[in-house]
Amino acid sequence: MQFMLLFSRQGKLRLQKWYVPLSDKERKKISRDLVQTILARKPKMCSFLEWRDLKIVYKRYASLYFCCAVEDQDNELITLEIIHRYVELLDKYFGSVCELDIIFNFEKAYFILDEFLLGGEAQETSKKNVLKAIEQADLLQECTFPV
Amino acid sequence: MSDVVEKTLSALPSLLSLDSQAGAGKLSPSSKLGNLIKGITELTSKHEEERLIKKELESIKEQVASPNTTMRQMKEIMVRAIYCEMLGYQASFSYIHAIKLAQQGSVLEKRVGYLAVSLFLNETDEFLLLLVNTVLKDLQSTNLIEVCMALTVVSQMFPKDMIPAILPVVEEKLTHPKEIIRRKAVLALYKFYLIAPNQVQHIHSKFRKALCDKDPGVMTASLHIYLQLIKENPESYKDLTGSMVTILRQVVGGKLPLDFNYHSVPAPWLQIQLLRILAYLGKEDQGTSEMMYDVLEESLRRAEMNHNITYAILFECVKTIYTVHPKSQLLEKAAECIGNFVLSPKINLKYLGLKALTYVVQQDANLALPHQMTIIECLDHSDVIIKRETLELLFRITNAQNVTVIVEKMLEFLRLTYNVWFIQTMNSVFSLGGDVMQPDIPNNFLRLLAEGVDNVEDRQLRLFAVDSYVSLLQGETAKLPQRFLQVISWVLGEYSYLREEESDPGSVMRLLARLLDQRHTSTETRSWVLGAMTKLCSSPVYSGSLNTVLRQKAQELMILSQDTKLRARVLPAEDSSLSFLDGYVSEALAAGAAPYKSPHQRQEDLVQEKALSLEPYGLSLPVSLSSCSITDRRSPTLLSMSSGLSGNSTELSHQEGSTTLKLEGVKRVWGKDGYLAQQQSAGETPTPLVELPSPLLSPQSPPSQTQKPSSGLEPDQEKRQLASSLFVGLGSHNSVCLVRFPSTVWLFIKHCQSANQSNVVKALFKPLPLLLPVPLTVSTGDYGKMWLSFSHDLKQNLQLVTTEHQEPLTATLDALKGKLHLHVVDIIGSEGIVACRLLQGPGQGQPCLLHCRVHADSLAVWLRSPVPELPDSLLYHCQKALTET
Repeated sequence: MQFMLLFSRQGKLRLQKWYVPLSDKERKKISRDLVQTILARKPKMCSFLEWRDLKIVYKRYASLYFCCAVEDQDNELITLEIIHRYVELLDKYFGSVCELDIIFNFEKAYFILDEFLLGGEAQETSKKNVLKAIEQADLLQECTFPV
Repeated sequence: MSDVVEKTLSALPSLLSLDSQAGAGKLSPSSKLGNLIKGITELTSKHEEERLIKKELESIKEQVASPNTTMRQMKEIMVRAIYCEMLGYQASFSYIHAIKLAQQGSVLEKRVGYLAVSLFLNETDEFLLLLVNTVLKDLQSTNLIEVCMALTVVSQMFPKDMIPAILPVVEEKLTHPKEIIRRKAVLALYKFYLIAPNQVQHIHSKFRKALCDKDPGVMTASLHIYLQLIKENPESYKDLTGSMVTILRQVVGGKLPLDFNYHSVPAPWLQIQLLRILAYLGKEDQGTSEMMYDVLEESLRRAEMNHNITYAILFECVKTIYTVHPKSQLLEKAAECIGNFVLSPKINLKYLGLKALTYVVQQDANLALPHQMTIIECLDHSDVIIKRETLELLFRITNAQNVTVIVEKMLEFLRLTYNVWFIQTMNSVFSLGGDVMQPDIPNNFLRLLAEGVDNVEDRQLRLFAVDSYVSLLQGETAKLPQRFLQVISWVLGEYSYLREEESDPGSVMRLLARLLDQRHTSTETRSWVLGAMTKLCSSPVYSGSLNTVLRQKAQELMILSQDTKLRARVLPAEDSSLSFLDGYVSEALAAGAAPYKSPHQRQEDLVQEKALSLEPYGLSLPVSLSSCSITDRRSPTLLSMSSGLSGNSTELSHQEGSTTLKLEGVKRVWGKDGYLAQQQSAGETPTPLVELPSPLLSPQSPPSQTQKPSSGLEPDQEKRQLASSLFVGLGSHNSVCLVRFPSTVWLFIKHCQSANQSNVVKALFKPLPLLLPVPLTVSTGDYGKMWLSFSHDLKQNLQLVTTEHQEPLTATLDALKGKLHLHVVDIIGSEGIVACRLLQGPGQGQPCLLHCRVHADSLAVWLRSPVPELPDSLLYHCQKALTET
């Protein structure tokens, strides 16, 4: 995977993870272009786009769009399931997740993503294991510095 | 998702009043980030947001610089900086502090520090060098969390040159007792392999150990490396085939812990990874492929559940089956599976189905045939992505018979989507393909430019074309093909007025004049250029131009073009090319005259007409250049009749009224009532009627019939018709498809790569099969059914036989019956149907059907047969027979 973007229906970026080295300017241009393209698409349209030499796979969950860019040989359907698994993880962690959880706790959303995907590849696909890793890190946090 | 909305709504007040409780996932009441976010949501304009963020960044800057800021505060500040960056504002001053936080913070502060680093920087950033020691220290920490964080950050980004510094420590982690550490270490090494393959060469044996790790997570992670290694060099890893097959069999068989199930499918990510690896291993290697047939079949069989994830596996499985050495039984199953995708109502699956088809038709074009109707539907799909994939598929099955229709569809699509790109691409198509192109390509192009309402978009397209041509003409023009120059002249003549007047109004004229003076410009092109100049000087811009020379020339040209006598005196006919007549010729062309052909050329045309035409007439004849001169401003619109593909019957019959159109070759069907009567009297079901392959109603049928809204099957019929022209020629004789190829450059180039020159030559000079037809006695109803089932067709106009006591149609058909032993099935009005069957030769016993219709002074004949050669040769013999009569 080359990058993942989360953005709202209003086009506001909520999360961005880049797995390929790109300059700040390029990143901005890419996210602007993609957000525009995807928001213009109708709900019944297919979830895949060919964009530059990449494949874009996106899916909307409530008010949030999840969008991944993968290479040409990659499997589109499994990428959709990666998105879905990530949503499941967020859901389990926050307890029926909503956009606000991600806005206010975006760093947590990043930590979960980093346990699930590493360097752009699925690292751990077992839901239980990902959450266990996150909980351990969180636990440490709470013990060492009680809020 | 409704509960999500509900939750959002119920969460809002508490979040806005910021009194939520602490805990995982909940916002701290005193959070400054909370305040910032809240502040932003209350804003109404982008401008206000900018101001607020600027203020926020100022305050962040101040705080990070202050020596009194604790690491704990720094962590909180860093989160806000990340947020500002995400909104698109630069916070580069905080990067160094992010590194500091990762270096000096306690575990949880470090975590945010590392996160900020990974979000702010990329692996080329020099700042990262400052992190190397910290990473090294954390990798050696006894705290698992710290080791994990360090491994996470190195797997995302690490300066290439510094890899040796940490490599031994990461390598050590491959034997760590905790699987999470081993897994992350494997992925870190994978990353190192990607950015610096040489550095990890010595640890390949350790990768094998990871592949055999008892933890499925670690094993899965190691497959990332193997996929990459095998992709680059499959030969060195053939020995792994057995292991990969075994792993896949175990996974498919449900031997993994249930934790790895995803929606009750065992480890789909792992399965897909293995399938991809097997594809690389088995490609062009029969021995290796044979090892995996069983497990591939099992994967296909097991993935039956109707869930997206099983489709993902199926798709990968099909891809692998079509990549490895073929096994017919498996291919059959895979093709069936593709069918399920294509026919699925889910759009994502349909898209992948089309994609899979695109992939497999390269091996067997016939695989597209069962899905004709779905493909036609997708061609008009509202989603461009689906449309584009369909075109890609059509491109793969392009052959001599359907190339015109397919190219037309492609051009249509291009025009709709990418204006600028379209012009640029067409420019290169014209410059490269130039004079070997079929004339209908430039024709179609001009039509596309001229068509459409005069809206902003169309004007932009035209203006862009004009601008790009002007800059082309300003450069070297000697190498541009004549056809392209003609296109350029027409467009400049037609649309130069769209240019802004800021530039010198005479510049276009001068460019054209230069073109006219150039020696290599052909006479035909000159006439186009002159036509363009005539159009330009009739515009007040030039005849009233301030440039006196130009004004004079324009006026001269105008007067001379109006006064023939004067012109003869001013420009005496001394040059043998008669180029002074060009203006006159172009005028005559504009008025509808046919272009001049030398006797030699006419002879050639005649011969050509008698020879085999390998190109189908399709749905309508491409209107030749001659019938519509390009100097006629309206002509391209008239040309649009050749897009009868999408036109409906009323439109066409309306156009039929206008005299400018040539209608021979346009398909006709039987008069509705006439045919129906036949049907009923023959006791047949009336369905074949609506399936007759033409949306056009015969003009002979009563007006009330014509007006009557057609049955619901009408659009379907159109689609069938389109299908027949798109899928014509698929099957037995694909080599012929290269004969007429230079239609667009990319089609040409792509196919030429695979083309065998000698095949092309052979196909061109394929001898006619020996023909010995015998009558084929069929009923009208059977004729209709057969007609629809035959895929090879051909159309041609033949001369009519005239006798005193007979109708021309009857006389002609009688002549054919006598000479060639054809069976005249029926004659109704000006149309007749004829059938025969072949006694000898390659298509022995195969039928051929003829549909004849009198049009003006000729007989429009449409032949169909299941054998490709049959219509050709039969037509040839018909022509011969009628000439002799």
